Amino acid sequence: MALLEVRDLGVSFATPDGTVNAVNGVNFTLDKGETLGIVGESGSGKSQLSFAIMGLLAKNGRATGSVMFDGREILNAPPHVINPIRANKIAMVFQDPMTSLNPYMRVADQMAEVLIHHKGMGKSEAVQEAVHMLDAVKIPDAKGRVGLYPHEFSGGMRQRVMIAMSLLCRPELLIADEPTTALDVTVQAQIMTLLADLQRDFGMATILITHDLGVVAGFCEDVLVLYGGQVMEQSPVDPLFQTPTHPYTRGLLRAIPRVDHEGEDLDSIPGSPPNMTNAPRGCPFAPRCDFAADDCRDHLAALTEFAPDRWRACNRTLEELA
Amino acid sequence: MTEPLLRVEDLRVTFELKRAGDMPWTKPRLLHAVSGVNFELFPGETLGVVGESGCGKSTLARALIQMVPATGRAVWQGKTDLLSLSRREMLKYRADIQMVFQDPLASLNPRMTVGQIIAEPLKVHKPDLDREEVKTRVKKMMDRVGLLPNQINRYPHEFSGGQCQRIGIARALIVEPKLLICDEPVSALDVSIQAQVINLLAELQRDLGLAMIFIAHDLSVVKHISDRVMVLYLGREMEVATSRDLYAEPQHPYTQALLSAVPIPDPVAERAKVMIPLEGDLPSPLSPPSGCVFRTRCPRAEARCADKVPELTLGDHGVACHFPGPMIGARRAVEPA
Repeated sequence: MALLEVRDLGVSFATPDGTVNAVNGVNFTLDKGETLGIVGESGSGKSQLSFAIMGLLAKNGRATGSVMFDGREILNAPPHVINPIRANKIAMVFQDPMTSLNPYMRVADQMAEVLIHHKGMGKSEAVQEAVHMLDAVKIPDAKGRVGLYPHEFSGGMRQRVMIAMSLLCRPELLIADEPTTALDVTVQAQIMTLLADLQRDFGMATILITHDLGVVAGFCEDVLVLYGGQVMEQSPVDPLFQTPTHPYTRGLLRAIPRVDHEGEDLDSIPGSPPNMTNAPRGCPFAPRCDFAADDCRDHLAALTEFAPDRWRACNRTLEELA
Repeated sequence: MTEPLLRVEDLRVTFELKRAGDMPWTKPRLLHAVSGVNFELFPGETLGVVGESGCGKSTLARALIQMVPATGRAVWQGKTDLLSLSRREMLKYRADIQMVFQDPLASLNPRMTVGQIIAEPLKVHKPDLDREEVKTRVKKMMDRVGLLPNQINRYPHEFSGGQCQRIGIARALIVEPKLLICDEPVSALDVSIQAQVINLLAELQRDLGLAMIFIAHDLSVVKHISDRVMVLYLGREMEVATSRDLYAEPQHPYTQALLSAVPIPDPVAERAKVMIPLEGDLPSPLSPPSGCVFRTRCPRAEARCADKVPELTLGDHGVACHFPGPMIGARRAVEPA
């Protein structure tokens, strides 16, 4: 049985301007110890997808479909079902470490809180475990610094604290939502190496949500490319980068300047991502796509498996794109 | 040899920090944001400035247009020292040096229309233009940067991030500057939009013969657009070379570490990559390490590095390191042609 099984997940928001469909029909399964990358630009629905899994949607948000964790339905589950799972079995690391840590609480107290709540530990035992975990994420002098406040740490150290906090209960699944976006490249490299090590040591399954294809290339086994709330392409990481089959994925890969190539002109994708309050009918990428035809503005083909484990949603066949 | 457009010598920016509870006679603590940077910029050339946050790259740019006080010299066209000018005298040169900022929406006044925003510099620098002329120029510039001229009466919030950045670029270019300083112009944008703005800047630069100082933390973006690249660390120049040399044959251990940390969007190359991990964080600029500022995180550091500040070597490929040399055991990023 898969650890996490997401079937036909949709997220919509009721706004004064009508219903906004942020995510439509996402399917994936994740086994123990696997890594999945979810790639998309701002507004692609990648964060809402993870919020829906965790039951963290805003009040006007509605999730449909099914999310099975360890054989139990957790989508829209009542608090007495989801609360023992959150932080305990599924943990999350957020983008901005400063706003996701409580500035009024010492790191020791915020970390201990998790253990006291979920594991029923005593305060001193919990703090000891917190120090242990800060050591594991390579914070130098963890014992001496556990009593500090979040503002006394640098950005990279704060993100380490966040990661340590999410690992306290040894979760089976870690969802990392843009964990390195706010950090410098050298710190990003440190954090990604750390996440990879921890993932191996703890045997966690990991979902990495990011806009950076480079980070995905180094960290994930499978990738899901989102655009305008729709899955465009879903594939193991190597073939996705070698032979991308969706016009959006291709465009994205060509638009990234690379340090390891001589500077040829960048092929930019014209236009801008769709405004989801007023999403286009049919394929969300159609207005920016070189291959779009009339049918693309009317409907989008369902995600189909065209090779083992490789899925794409595009009205044009592979031959037509060649 | 042509005259450099801008020659910066020993540029230093020092901030005085006062702590709460300090007595009036307490000496303030000094933060050296930029310490002794030298470079030359030729007409039509792009100089990339890279470094981690807190390395002084934005301060450097701000110092050049007197947005922060600085010492040293910044000689404009071989004649005027920009840093010694009074505010009033500086105004004359502000038209020649324009700036594009990082946050596209925050750098535009939300209560002004796009037309007013783009025309604003003309009001200051070319006050005798009549209204019709201003409007034609604004429309022409909007068209030039890829905005529809009929959007002239809209407000910034009606535009996407990429379009707002185009407005910022139009506002900078309307007074026909000779030097454009771009401070992280694409870091707030999505990948697909980023490429559009980079291509636009490169194209405008080619067509208008602009010189550009391009500040960014993203090394791949800088590589793409720059002729020469300068690497800063804690306010000091570590390495400066042509873009090609710097990325293919970095000599400074910091540049090498920085380059090796950039994720490559290709799983095969990414797995084959040799990483030079940098331990720890940037030291506090309030108490930088003695000698070479990078020595606390440098894999090559020896006793000498703590005693003596390494000078930046002269020539096309300048390195400030006691032990410069190619990356050990590393794959070359670009095979020489």
